[in-house]
Amino acid sequence: MLSQLRPAIVLLAFFTLLTGIAYPLAMTEVAEALFPHQARGSLIERQGTVVGSSLLGQGFARPEYFHPRPSAAGANGYDAAASSGTNLAPTSAKLAERLKTDADALRAAGLAGPIPADAVTTSGSGLDPHISPAYALAQVPWVAKARGVEEALVRGLVTAHIEGRQLGLFGDPRVNVLELNIALDNAARMPGAKPPGGDAVPGVSSAF
Amino acid sequence: MTPIGWLQILAILLIVLVTAVPIGAFMARIFAGERNLLTPVLGPVERGLYRIAGVDPAREQSALGYTLAMLAFNAAGFALLYAILRLQGVLPFNPLGFAGVAPDLAFNTAISFVTNTNWQSYGGETTMSLFSQMAGLTVQNFLSAATGIALAAALVRAFARSGSATVGNFFVDMTRATLYVLLPLAIVSALVQVWMGVPQTLDATTVATTIEGAQQTIALGPVATQMAIKQLGTNGGGFFNVNASHPFENPTALSNALEIWQMLVVSTALVFAFGRLIGDRRQARALIATIGLILVAGIGIAYWAESAGTPALVAAGLDPAGGNMEGKEVRFGLAASAMFAAVTTGLSDGGVNAMHGSFTPIGGLVPMFLIQLGEILPGGVGSGLYGLLVMAIIAVFVAGLMVGRTPEYLGKKIEAKEVKMAMLAVLILPTAILGFSAVAAVLPAALAGLGNAGPHGLSEILYAYSSAAGNNGSAFGGLSANSPWWNTTLGLAMILGRFAYIVPMMAIAGSLSAKTRLAASSGTFPTHGLLFVGLLAGVILIIGGLQFFPALALGPIAEQVQMLAGKTF
Repeated sequence: MLSQLRPAIVLLAFFTLLTGIAYPLAMTEVAEALFPHQARGSLIERQGTVVGSSLLGQGFARPEYFHPRPSAAGANGYDAAASSGTNLAPTSAKLAERLKTDADALRAAGLAGPIPADAVTTSGSGLDPHISPAYALAQVPWVAKARGVEEALVRGLVTAHIEGRQLGLFGDPRVNVLELNIALDNAARMPGAKPPGGDAVPGVSSAF
Repeated sequence: MTPIGWLQILAILLIVLVTAVPIGAFMARIFAGERNLLTPVLGPVERGLYRIAGVDPAREQSALGYTLAMLAFNAAGFALLYAILRLQGVLPFNPLGFAGVAPDLAFNTAISFVTNTNWQSYGGETTMSLFSQMAGLTVQNFLSAATGIALAAALVRAFARSGSATVGNFFVDMTRATLYVLLPLAIVSALVQVWMGVPQTLDATTVATTIEGAQQTIALGPVATQMAIKQLGTNGGGFFNVNASHPFENPTALSNALEIWQMLVVSTALVFAFGRLIGDRRQARALIATIGLILVAGIGIAYWAESAGTPALVAAGLDPAGGNMEGKEVRFGLAASAMFAAVTTGLSDGGVNAMHGSFTPIGGLVPMFLIQLGEILPGGVGSGLYGLLVMAIIAVFVAGLMVGRTPEYLGKKIEAKEVKMAMLAVLILPTAILGFSAVAAVLPAALAGLGNAGPHGLSEILYAYSSAAGNNGSAFGGLSANSPWWNTTLGLAMILGRFAYIVPMMAIAGSLSAKTRLAASSGTFPTHGLLFVGLLAGVILIIGGLQFFPALALGPIAEQVQMLAGKTF
C-alpha cells in the first residue's frame, strides 16, 4: 500500500487545488462578470437600500401587507441565515395543534371557504418566497381594508403578479410576496395610478 | 395527482434518457482510453500530472491492487478533510469566524463526504467556513464521485475482458472521471444555475432592511459551484441546512428540473457506457427498463400519498385538493417534490427539496425503502452501477437454480465465489441498518435525539441508518444527529456501507476478469429480454422487501394506520 501513497497524495493535492480552489474562485469571477445580479443573491434595492432578495421570503406582520406562509427558520421565522423546516411528523400532535390555531386565526380574519394548502403549512426551507394565487387572492379583502383602497385595485395587482408554470410545464402557479408588497407600496405612492403590471423590481427573476 | 404533474415527471425522465445516450458514449471512449473531444486540452495536463505523481498510465493493476489504491486515496482524502474541518478557525476564507469543528462532528462529516454519503449533522450556513465548503467539501464532492465511477469502470472491464489479470489503473480512471466528465459538466451547469439565481460569491452574508423596517441577515457564498457537483456526483450535501429546498440552492421549478436531471444523467450514462463497453447495448436497455419501472412506481406512490394529504390537514379545514404542503415549497408543488424524493433516494444523492420527515407516512416510506433497495435506480455516480450488477448476478443465480444450470451473465460463468461475494455485499446493508437501529431504539443516548414520538420516532432511526449505510445522506430531519452517539455510529455505518460493499464487489471483478468470455449458446439464459427485466425487478424487490419489511411495518406502516385512525403523538 506504501507504493500507492505517493500517487494518492500528489493527486489529492492537485485536485484540491483544481476543484477546491481554482474551480470555485474562477467560477466566482465568471459569474460576477456574466450574471452579477444573481451571483450576489438577486437582491432588491429600493431607494438605494437593500430590502431583501427576490428569491427569499421574509416576514410581514402589518395588516397592509400580504402575509407569507408560516416559517420555521430561526426563532422568529424567515431567518435567512438559519434555514429550517419544522420536520414535524404527519402524526405530530404539535403540528395538528398549530394547523388548527393558524387556521382559526385566518377564519377570524374573514377567510371563507376552504383554506389554501400553503396558507398554514410551513415550507421546507422556512424561506419560501411564494404563496399560492388562491392564498394571495384570499388576503385581498383585509389588505385593501387596511390600506383604505378599492379591493379591485389590490386584486388587479395580485393577478398581475401571478407567475405561471415555467415553459408552460414546470412548477405550480405562485405569487412572490415581497415583490407583490413592493408593488403595493409603489401603487400607493402614485395616487390615482393604475396598478402597474411590471413593477420596480429589477433583475431577471420575473423572467422565470 | 394532476395530468400536468405527471407530464412534468415524464418530461424530465425523457430528457435524461435522451441526453444520457451521448454522454454514455463519451464515457465509454474515456474508459477505453480513446481520444476524445477534450484530449487536445486535457491530454497534456493528464500526462504532466501522472509524471509528478509517479503513475504509469499504461501499467494496469490487479483487482486487489486497484482496491488498495482506492483505499489509500480515500484514506488520504479523509485525513485532509478531517484536518481542514478541525483547523477551519485558523484557515483563510472564514469571514464569519467559525471555530474549528468538534472531533465527533469532524469525523462524521469527513467520512460522510469521502464515502459519497454527504449526511450532514450540521447546518451549513451556521457551521462551515467558506474554505471548508470549497477546499474541503467541494473537493470530496468531486473525488468521491470519481472514485465511484472508477470502480464501475473496473467492474465493467471485468465483464468485457477475457482471461485478463488486471482491471485497469485506479489513479488513471479516477483522474479521467474528474477531468473529462465531472469537471466540464460542473462548469457548464454551475453557470446555468447562477443564471437561474443560485448565488456565487465570496461574501458570506449581506444584510437587508425589510420594507417593514426589520433586519434580515442573508447567508450567501460560493453556492453554485458546490450545487452543480453535489447533484452531478450524486453527493447531495447542501450548502445550506435545508439543502435544495433553500431558494438559493434551488430557486425555480426549472432549476429543480435541472437538478433532477443532474442527479440522474451521469449514472444513467454509466449504464449506457456499460452496454457499449461489453459490446451489447441490449443489456444496458434491459437494466434501464428494470430501474425505470421501479423508479416510476416509487415516484407514483409518493406523489399519490402526498396528494392524499393527512387527517390533521383536513381537520384544520384545509382544501383537500391541495395535498400535504407541510415541508414543501410552493414553487415546486407536490409532483416535483415527490419526484425529487424518489430520485434522490433511488440513487445515492440524498439532497432534498422538501422535508421527508413531514411527508405522509407512506410518502416517507418510499424514499426510505428505495435506499434500502440499495440505491440502484440507476445507482448514483458514487455507488451506482456496481450495486445494480451485483443484483443482476444474484438474479441469474436464481434463474440458474430454477433450471439446474451453471448461471452465466454476459458470457461469464457465475460460480460459487461470485455468488458468495455478491451475497456478502448484499448483506452489508441489513446488517448495518437493522443492527444499529436495534441498538439505537433502546439506548437513551440515542433516543434523546428524536424529534417526534410514536412510530415516527422509529422511522427517524431507521431512516438515519438506512441513509448512512446506503451512502445516501438524506434524512428525516426531526432527528438531532449532532451528538457523539449519532455522529460516531452513523460514521461507522457509512464506512461499512461503502467499503465493506466495495471489497467483495472488487473480489468479484478480479475473479470475473480472469475468466474466459463464452459465446452465448442455446442454453444461455438471455439477459436482455422482458423475462430478465421481470426477474431482476423481482429479485431487487424481494431481497429489499424481505429484509426490511418487518422494520417498515413497525415504522411508517404502523404510523399510516394510526394516522388514518386519527391518532396523534
